[in-house]
Amino acid sequence: MSSNLMLLEMAAPVLEWRALAPVLLLFGAACLGILVEAVLPRAYRFLAQLVLVAVSVVFAMAFLVLNVLSAYGGPVAMGSLMLDGPTYFMWAALLVFGALALMVFSERRLNGGATAFAASAASVPGSRDEAEASAARHEHTEVYPLVLFALAGMMVFLASSDLLVMFVALEVFSLPLYLLSGMARRRRLLSQEAALKYFLLGAFSSAFFLFGTAMLFVVTGALDLHAIHDAVAGTTTERGLVFIGLALLSVGLLFKVGIVPFHSWTPDVYMGAPTPVTGFMAIATKLAAVGATMRVFYVALDGERWTWQPLLAILAVLTMVIGVVGALTQADIKRLLAYSSIAHAGFILTAIVGASQIVPAGQATSAASVMFYLVAYGFATIGAFALVTMVRNAAGEENGLEAWAGLGRKNPWVAGLFSLFMLSFAGIPLTGGFIGKWAVFTAAWRGGYWWLVVVAVLVSIVAAYLYLRVIAVMFAAEPAQGTFVGHASGWTWVPVAIGAVATVWMGLLPDQVMQWAAMAGGFLR
Amino acid sequence: MMNPENYLILSALLFAIGAVGVLVRRNALVAFMCVELMLNACNLAFVAGSHITGVLDGQVVAFFVMVVAAAEVVVGLAIIVSIYKTRRSTSVDDANLLKL
Repeated sequence: MSSNLMLLEMAAPVLEWRALAPVLLLFGAACLGILVEAVLPRAYRFLAQLVLVAVSVVFAMAFLVLNVLSAYGGPVAMGSLMLDGPTYFMWAALLVFGALALMVFSERRLNGGATAFAASAASVPGSRDEAEASAARHEHTEVYPLVLFALAGMMVFLASSDLLVMFVALEVFSLPLYLLSGMARRRRLLSQEAALKYFLLGAFSSAFFLFGTAMLFVVTGALDLHAIHDAVAGTTTERGLVFIGLALLSVGLLFKVGIVPFHSWTPDVYMGAPTPVTGFMAIATKLAAVGATMRVFYVALDGERWTWQPLLAILAVLTMVIGVVGALTQADIKRLLAYSSIAHAGFILTAIVGASQIVPAGQATSAASVMFYLVAYGFATIGAFALVTMVRNAAGEENGLEAWAGLGRKNPWVAGLFSLFMLSFAGIPLTGGFIGKWAVFTAAWRGGYWWLVVVAVLVSIVAAYLYLRVIAVMFAAEPAQGTFVGHASGWTWVPVAIGAVATVWMGLLPDQVMQWAAMAGGFLR
Repeated sequence: MMNPENYLILSALLFAIGAVGVLVRRNALVAFMCVELMLNACNLAFVAGSHITGVLDGQVVAFFVMVVAAAEVVVGLAIIVSIYKTRRSTSVDDANLLKL
């Protein structure tokens, strides 16, 4: 008994406040945001939330840059987070994309002075409560703290080098997203259904993640990735249990990335969720999940590379093919972009499979090429979904592809910019998407997976047809009746413009971003 | 003292029952309860693992998982109740508007 009492003398954990400042600022602002909802009158909440978001994101970015410049990093928070190059790079990308997505959240002019979110998400669609809330111009400014919680959770998720922290972070960023998916102002039944599906499948997959963690813990007695790496290298007797654990863990991770066969939630959730939320999820969730997946596979499972590489290669082929074939048959633009995001997850996976970590100077590692790809894909995604919110009919947003016919004649700017993002998705030269594809395919090739690159190139040719079809619908077809381009404010146009400029910039002069990604180096153990 | 490995087998069984339940049961509430069963199976495995390896971390994890599960209940029930109020049904088969 006395030995148990000794354990109660716990030392306070050591926290590196400056290193953790970006995450803590976002968490703090999110908590204050909840308080704002409780304390301030409705009229002031929107402004207060915007101030909180702006201050926290700007200061988080400032601390991030400061920490990078002073080369401050390594394991922090008692070794549960690893602040290495990829962490910093992806944190910065998350902050930028989060800020751009939050701008689209704030758009009100398109919707006649209301945001894209339900006036009262708790009211029954079509009920008197809902009508009263709409008439009173209520709005859910809770979306801002929810996004901040999600962002901070994602940042912890991709930085965690401890499976318990990773699990908690997974839930911290997932739970707000489940709620946000269900808050659309229009087509609320679809939105609620999307939230239900996302929630049930997400909770299901995180249970797999947790059981995988439990199995690894039983064998190794450890939760941190480094110890698991050593244990996997050394274990001879409990190999079966280790593999079960790793497989279940991967289910949870690959679900979040949207890899076939764990992709089935993507189209429904992307379609049902409010479009600004879809744009945020499409890049931020993917970025965080890919980051965490790379960390687990490269840090904890590096020694088992010959086991997981062929498996992931098969999944990559399936993901690319099913994503592109699925997208070809879609008549809804958001669903089409959802399948396209599945295909992109497949392209990213090719580089992860390649796992080329030691490369000649001046060339990109797998991690660097994936990060470049994610940034290029992210700018195009944010811009594309922001443009989707602008195309409308009398009732609201118009997502049917046939209704987009002839959009180029109604508004060449919107159609032209959307075409630019489509070309980037397709990987046409002079766009960021092309350089991204080039980088990931090179990484896969160098890793010895030349056959995977051949398949991926063939799939991207089919994918190019898919995106060119959208462009053809917009420019070549007769204009559809009843569809028009709404007048958006700067809240939508600025993210679109930044996305477009970044897409072209990364296509013409990719060196700078590529250099940042290469400087980030590999994952530290 | 029972062999602690039996607890692992029990937890695997509970996890499997939960997983099958999520796939088979049509009521969203029951499916969600099956997810909770899976999480609790994980807890049992962690505590048993803690006993086997002699590392206390597993018991700490169980507490974290309980808190996470509670948070998940809050969000999940909110979503399920809002769906029920709209459709007067919690069957996952009725939620079929999102299709190709």
